[in-house]
Amino acid sequence: MTPEELRQSAEAERQKSHACKHILGVCCAAGCQSMGSDKIKDALDKQVKLKGLESEVNVKSVGCLGLCAAGPLVSLESDGKKAMYQAVKEADVAEVVEKLGKAPVKRLELSLDIPFFARQQKIILENSGVIDPERIEEYFAAGGYEALIKALTDLEPAEVIDAVSRSGLRGRGGAGFPTGLKWATVAKAAGSRKYVVCNADEGDPGAFMNRSVLESDPHRVIEGMIIAGYAVGASQGYVYVRAEYPLAIKRLKTAIKQAEGKGLLGDKILGTTFSFRLEIRLGAGAFVCGEETALLVSIEGSRGMPRPRPPFPAEAGLWGMPTLINNVETFSTVPPILRNGWEWYSAIGTEKSKGTKVFALAGQIKNTGLIEVPMGTKLRDIIFDIGGGVPDGKKFKAVQTGGPSGGCIPESKLDMSVDYESLREAGSIMGSGGMIVMNEDSSMVDVAKFFTEFCMSESCGKCVPCRTGTAQMYGLLEKIHAGEAVKADLELLKELCDLVRTTSLCGLGQTAPNPVMSTLHYFEKEYTSLLKDGPGKPAAAR
Amino acid sequence: MTQSKTAVKPPTEDKRWRIVEATIRRNGAQGQALIEVLHSVQEVFGYLDDPSLVYVAKALRLPLSKVYGVATFYHFFTLKPQGKHTCVVCMGTACYIKGAPELLKDAEKTYGVKPGQTTPDGELSVIQARCIGSCSMAPAVVFDGQVAGNLSVADFGKKVESMLKTPTAAVPA
Ligand SMILES: Cc1cc2nc3c(=O)[nH]c(=O)nc-3n(C[C@H](O)[C@H](O)[C@H](O)COP(=O)(O)O)c2cc1C
Ligand code: SF4
Ligand code: FES
Repeated sequence: MTPEELRQSAEAERQKSHACKHILGVCCAAGCQSMGSDKIKDALDKQVKLKGLESEVNVKSVGCLGLCAAGPLVSLESDGKKAMYQAVKEADVAEVVEKLGKAPVKRLELSLDIPFFARQQKIILENSGVIDPERIEEYFAAGGYEALIKALTDLEPAEVIDAVSRSGLRGRGGAGFPTGLKWATVAKAAGSRKYVVCNADEGDPGAFMNRSVLESDPHRVIEGMIIAGYAVGASQGYVYVRAEYPLAIKRLKTAIKQAEGKGLLGDKILGTTFSFRLEIRLGAGAFVCGEETALLVSIEGSRGMPRPRPPFPAEAGLWGMPTLINNVETFSTVPPILRNGWEWYSAIGTEKSKGTKVFALAGQIKNTGLIEVPMGTKLRDIIFDIGGGVPDGKKFKAVQTGGPSGGCIPESKLDMSVDYESLREAGSIMGSGGMIVMNEDSSMVDVAKFFTEFCMSESCGKCVPCRTGTAQMYGLLEKIHAGEAVKADLELLKELCDLVRTTSLCGLGQTAPNPVMSTLHYFEKEYTSLLKDGPGKPAAAR
Repeated sequence: MTQSKTAVKPPTEDKRWRIVEATIRRNGAQGQALIEVLHSVQEVFGYLDDPSLVYVAKALRLPLSKVYGVATFYHFFTLKPQGKHTCVVCMGTACYIKGAPELLKDAEKTYGVKPGQTTPDGELSVIQARCIGSCSMAPAVVFDGQVAGNLSVADFGKKVESMLKTPTAAVPA
């Protein structure tokens, strides 16, 4: 396909969609699907046929609409007016179709003015819930692959890297490394072959941003990766996806086939001299494989054990060759940066954290689901405004960010801005974007124990501080939790945290103490009140 | 390298081995395809038994120790046969704080199985997962490949019961 043909296809698709007076978008991402959205789509299709409205009404599958808590969701666009229906049942279908073009069904309507929708700014999720993820034409119509055309026909690889650098984009996989700098390093590195790898392992439990992007808008990831390949001089890419995401894998496979069919992957892309191939590699349920060096050896078919860095993958990665590894969200941000210009992107967010970030809201929070907000948004706004606060009249206690590598942030810190630096200062990390809200009933010692158990069983066992240290930490936490520990145990726990943090080989071990240290920092009383010789205990017990 | 030796034969006559053979062939019988091939075996047969591991080692020309090492390193692979029905309870953070431990306790109380175990009659396996990405519907459980969310202990009990009554063979999780 030439750029011209791609644009024609996009235009044809736009025409087609304008021809329909009403568009009903049924969410077909994993959340709504598990609540039966497939059946609702079928029922809508049937009803439209029954009423002979096929030419006026377009019923389509769309990706995640965000507010999973209110699913199954159906979006509605009638004569340019938008509305959303929540908790739709098969029994509602006849009425939904009947009311098309009239006032929407009040009983089902979910206002689009609520802060959950109104306060978001969507860049990565711009197509989620809008296009059918299984149709490349809809991605074209939404401006998809325009950035690739621009990169391949207008820009030198160095210019692409320059745009990414100037945009201020930082890695969304957790550490926030400047993306442009990483690309430049790979581009400069010497090697007979180079690789581009997408980290879609998303091992942080409680996080599902990457899953949703892959299920709702897979072409965006592919486009970002092809551009990256062009920029750094690689002709082969791999997407490392966790096997626990069957729907995401299926959609990605479909998307890769479509892109190959259109000549957007393979030899001589868009009629240029650039070639790029993409393959999927499945993870197999090891958290440590999210760590980049472990991920690379896992692609090579071995046990996912990290190795010391340097050399960084940018210099010696897959099969010893220079390898660019970025997160799903990082790649997904590249096409809009090229399409709209780095100036546009760098104007969003804070001074050091540019752009938007997708967060997964889960736990004791009313509006569970996916959101995208500019960096620098206040944590309180995310949880209470957008998230709707804590349900059942309970009090907020803490929000956990960054998963097993992160920490718990208490009420007193909620007014801080969400960006890489502030979160780190507060003793947590941005991580991949999971936010788990806990109410007053959650025990922070229990949460610390939970994450320590996680790190203990996910430790790859290569180095002693992490392998043995996390097990010892877990033992102490169990003892404290059971009310059998004394002050000296708590001191030992603190010492161990320090040791594991400073002497472990990879990020897993280095950050494993974070959940313990942050809960100890903000909620030390919960620990001391469990000690046999803690404050308030009779002297006789000491 | 050309494969001059006669091709390695699968451990049984089972026709489903062809799917695995296709995976091996597609990857040029290279050692780096080990994880892909193990996925393929598990997808087809539900678990990895010793003869399968021996076969994979030969077919990819890898030491058996490497194959065994990889198969046991990754949680997704299982060396034991699964029950006819499987119930994967997510114990990720979101599900944990929303009551997943209660679901596991219920399974243990009712069926006498802990996570990772199968009932003696081979009907039900209970598996614990690390997060299946359905955190917005915590606690989430996969019943024979179907995700269900926002489960109370009572919902869970009913779901397991109705799953056990469904005659179809389990879809490997
Ligand atoms: C234990 C551990 C787990 C990780 N898991 C992930 C993950 O699931 N997804 C991810 O993108 N990065 C993960 N990372 C970070 C990666 O090592 C790497 O920094 C990242 O993929 C780089 O991409 P980025 O620059 O786009 O952020 C993990 C790191 C560690 C130490
Ligand atoms: S820190 Fe832990 S996970 Fe990382 S290499 Fe050492 S033992 Fe393995
Ligand atoms: S924590 Fe259970 S699905 Fe994510």
